[in-house]
Amino acid sequence: MTAIKEAIKTHGLTEKQLLQMLEKMLLARALSVRQRILQRMGKGPMTFSGEGHEAAQVGSAFALRPGVDWVFPYYRDVAVAVTIGMTPVDILRGFFARRDDINSGGRNMPSHFSHLGLRIVSGSAPIATQLPHAVGAALAAKLRKLDEIAVGYSGDGSTSTGDWHESMNFAGVQRLPVIFVCEHNNYAISVPWRKQAAIENVSIRAQGYGFPGVSVDGNDVLAVYGAMSEAVKRVRAGEGPTLIEAKTYRLMPHSSDDDDRRYRTREEVEAWSAKDSVAAFPHQLKELGVLDDNAEKEINDRVNHEVDAATDQVEQEPQPEAPTALRHVFVEEERS
Amino acid sequence: MPEKTMVEAIRDAMFEEMKRDDRVIVMGEDVGEGGVFRATEGFVAEFGEDRCMDTPLAESCIVGAAIGASLNGIIPIAEIQFADFSHPAFDQIVSEAARLHYRSNGTWSCPIVVRTPYGSGIHGGPYHSQSIEAFYAHVPGLKVICVASPYDAKGLLKSAIRDPNPVIFLEHKKAYRAFRQDIPDEDYTIPIGQAETKREGTDISLITYGMMTHHSLKAAETVEQENGASVEVIDLRTVSPWDKERVLESVKKTGKALIVYEDNITGGFGAEVAATIAQDAFEYLDGPVTRVASPDVPISPYSGILEEYILPNPEKIAEAIRKLAAY
Amino acid sequence: MVSVKEIQGAAGLSGDQLLDIYYKMLLARTVGQRERMLNRMGKGPFAVTGEGHEATQVGTAFPLKPGYDWVVPYYRDIGVALTIGQSPRDLLLAHLSRADDISSGGRNMPSHFSDPHLRIVSGSAPVATHLPHGAGIALASKLRGLDEVTIVYTGDGGTSTGDCHEAMNFAGVHKLAVIFVIENNQYAISVPTRKQFAVEDVSTRAEGYGFPGVTVDGNDVLAVYAAAKDAIERARRGDGATLIEAKTYRLVPHTSDDDDRRYRSREEVEQWTARDPLVRYRGWLKEYNVADERKLDGLHEQAAREVDEATEEAESAPTPKPESALTHVFVED
Ligand SMILES: Cc1ncc(C[n+]2csc(CCOP(=O)(O)OP(=O)(O)O)c2C)c(N)n1
Ligand SMILES: Cc1ncc(C[n+]2csc(CCOP(=O)(O)OP(=O)(O)O)c2C)c(N)n1
Ligand SMILES: [Mg+2]
Repeated sequence: MTAIKEAIKTHGLTEKQLLQMLEKMLLARALSVRQRILQRMGKGPMTFSGEGHEAAQVGSAFALRPGVDWVFPYYRDVAVAVTIGMTPVDILRGFFARRDDINSGGRNMPSHFSHLGLRIVSGSAPIATQLPHAVGAALAAKLRKLDEIAVGYSGDGSTSTGDWHESMNFAGVQRLPVIFVCEHNNYAISVPWRKQAAIENVSIRAQGYGFPGVSVDGNDVLAVYGAMSEAVKRVRAGEGPTLIEAKTYRLMPHSSDDDDRRYRTREEVEAWSAKDSVAAFPHQLKELGVLDDNAEKEINDRVNHEVDAATDQVEQEPQPEAPTALRHVFVEEERS
Repeated sequence: MPEKTMVEAIRDAMFEEMKRDDRVIVMGEDVGEGGVFRATEGFVAEFGEDRCMDTPLAESCIVGAAIGASLNGIIPIAEIQFADFSHPAFDQIVSEAARLHYRSNGTWSCPIVVRTPYGSGIHGGPYHSQSIEAFYAHVPGLKVICVASPYDAKGLLKSAIRDPNPVIFLEHKKAYRAFRQDIPDEDYTIPIGQAETKREGTDISLITYGMMTHHSLKAAETVEQENGASVEVIDLRTVSPWDKERVLESVKKTGKALIVYEDNITGGFGAEVAATIAQDAFEYLDGPVTRVASPDVPISPYSGILEEYILPNPEKIAEAIRKLAAY
Repeated sequence: MVSVKEIQGAAGLSGDQLLDIYYKMLLARTVGQRERMLNRMGKGPFAVTGEGHEATQVGTAFPLKPGYDWVVPYYRDIGVALTIGQSPRDLLLAHLSRADDISSGGRNMPSHFSDPHLRIVSGSAPVATHLPHGAGIALASKLRGLDEVTIVYTGDGGTSTGDCHEAMNFAGVHKLAVIFVIENNQYAISVPTRKQFAVEDVSTRAEGYGFPGVTVDGNDVLAVYAAAKDAIERARRGDGATLIEAKTYRLVPHTSDDDDRRYRSREEVEQWTARDPLVRYRGWLKEYNVADERKLDGLHEQAAREVDEATEEAESAPTPKPESALTHVFVED
């Protein structure tokens, strides 16, 4: 309890902000759940769930300035997307592959978040390819002397890729304003961390790139926020990158095509469910006197209403027109 | 003879080869728990984790380490989870596996198989749908196989595993469970580089491979039932080396060639087939060598509507047959 | 001659071994110089040599079992190839692209060493692509229950590649009997290490892969030897991989196509020339009475003679048949 109070005080978080964080977490959760249900109803071919990662995602994204800082998320980052400002309609249009899908107009898979205005950059599926892009955006900010930060998100499996290493190294050499957030959920689909690397904390690799790495409890939204705020401060002070490893767990299978019972025991999943941040955080806020049952219900109602309304709306919306499949291979206008 | 799906046939081919030769191993992401397409279901129980090895998420290393292991008495089958994720290993495939034997003047060799699901039509979006055969068919030193039926898959995969050269083995993922076929109980192989005439015909030679074989057969039936042209359908099965003889022989017979492939039209493997026909069967031709392929947009958009619009299908192929027949 | 057992820092090597090391270093130096000379004379189109790296190369290769342990070198490793057993003639046949070039029959560039009997594995030009091969070879040794050790070499520039990371991580996960040697000569062509990585010692990265990393003075052949011997023993025991970073300097341009005056001051090169590993080791051998001046001069002459003979043989050896360019695309049986 005192630890939380302490954390809130150090980071100067207001009650209003705490409630905003909670609301983003709940919204992200509701969106993941909704997409899973819709997928099972046959309304979309596939879905990725962010359930379990909400604290890591909201805690890190909340320390950023939407539309100023650059965000390079990966497919699990629904809570990052909504924290930065994407709406349930934006997310669900991606799920339903609707004509007006801001992410990709129905071209990319769902959960491949993209929003030009919010500086959430479109990603591909090959793991970790977004990290060099984050580094490049930070390089541009440095060259252009802009006060902007780039954040590259990825999972624990991504740390084995060549792109991961090349990104860390270049960020270190150039001391770039970039923060790497590794959402360490102990699995890359079925492959457990012990087969991914021979170390406990991947954050120790940062030393080999000449910048700090920290491991935090990724289910503790305030701890993540704290680590992220520190990293942001370092960037602002010109001290370069940080690698944040948020230890968490995905509570659902990898995607709607996966059956996690083949590789995870139900006991393990239950043990982590008991640490679910979406359940723990409201509880903490209540103990602090920031939240009461009424306020909680109000938030939940609002979130559910938003997601319901967005679902109803987006389901009615038009599909893309088939011939538009031929567009946007190249930029069609002259370069400015 | 039991009926099998293609993914079962592939599993059986590996399983039997691993039984037959204890140098054969499988390595890749998630292969330990059976693989995302279940091609290695039960392998850990049978062969242990060393011979069915989960690797870190690092494709360049999967292929690179497979190359190294192949130099030291192991015959690795490297599974790349989707063909779209073979690109991080492009350097290892093109600069290393393909060139090692040549650059060492024939002293080193690298018997590896890189197996990977490819192809579109499953709502995979632009990163779970690509056709990659043309990249690798361009590279001397690699053999490239494209399968889309259980019988061919099993026979060709066995040949690939027994081949002393690096083989890229492309499995059309839409065909994994789409149909079943009788598979003999006894061991058999299909030679790499041999096409098969899947349907005899007299008016048009339709040359294709992969999933397009099925679409082409459908289209050929449709047109013939309309009392239209009689179409001979040749499934190349292997694009490098490819069966020029059979293709030229058929074109010389029919005088017309229609080439169907799923990849983008420009620089796709069918372009090579077209060029060869134009060069070596020119005086037999009674019509333009024609191609049906995807337009030059990233294959393929996720939305079913967009995806369907760009991919060749039986209707588009039938239309092309009618047009060429009428020429 | 004193008993070297009593000499501190001799790493348990006999007098003969200590002199053998010196001779291999001399030979490497002489072959490197010869190749650059032949290139200037217009006889070989390209030379990439390792003058300055001899202590690192001979020191790391010397504790290996030639033909048993696996060697995956890069283009600078003349000293490694010679220590494992390639002859000056082998290297010069490659330099002049002769038909009998064992490494490639004139197909690869010179200094792309290969010899299946010596288990020296053919490499390509893209930097660090051979690191995963090294890991794979070691994986095979492990799967087959063999106590072979694999040693893989690359430069400081090689450490920035994805393949370097992927290979080291793989070696860590599988506890492979592989040794990664980084010949840190402070430059990747013109790019200094401060632009290559933001750390002082790149060996610190090993911790992030779960195995030890050490940095040694790459111009001190006995220090390098001791570090390599340790690592090789560890690997052979089944204790897994080691990263050895040997800090050294190349005393010559990157290749025959490079002009290093554009990016290195002459003072810097002179400072490092003063630390020439051959001069240093020669001094040590004399100081500890392993050999006297006359003996050492004799070795110089012997090396020069050996390289002269090899040059003559290589120059008079036949060139490849043009149509042999079409063979060996595939294994033919
Ligand atoms: C280069 C590449 N290889 C393989 C895949 C298939 N794949 C998709 S997600 C995934 C696991 C990623 O795990 P991790 O990075 O830990 O993220 P998580 O899904 O656990 O959040 C794999 C192997 C891919 N997308 N890209
Ligand atoms: C992938 C790749 N990129 C670029 C090059 C061109 N190149 C050849 S050697 C070299 C520098 C390598 O430096 P380092 O690894 O430090 O080895 P050194 O030459 O200093 O011994 C470069 C950039 C290459 N061969 N491969
Ligand atoms: Mg993970």
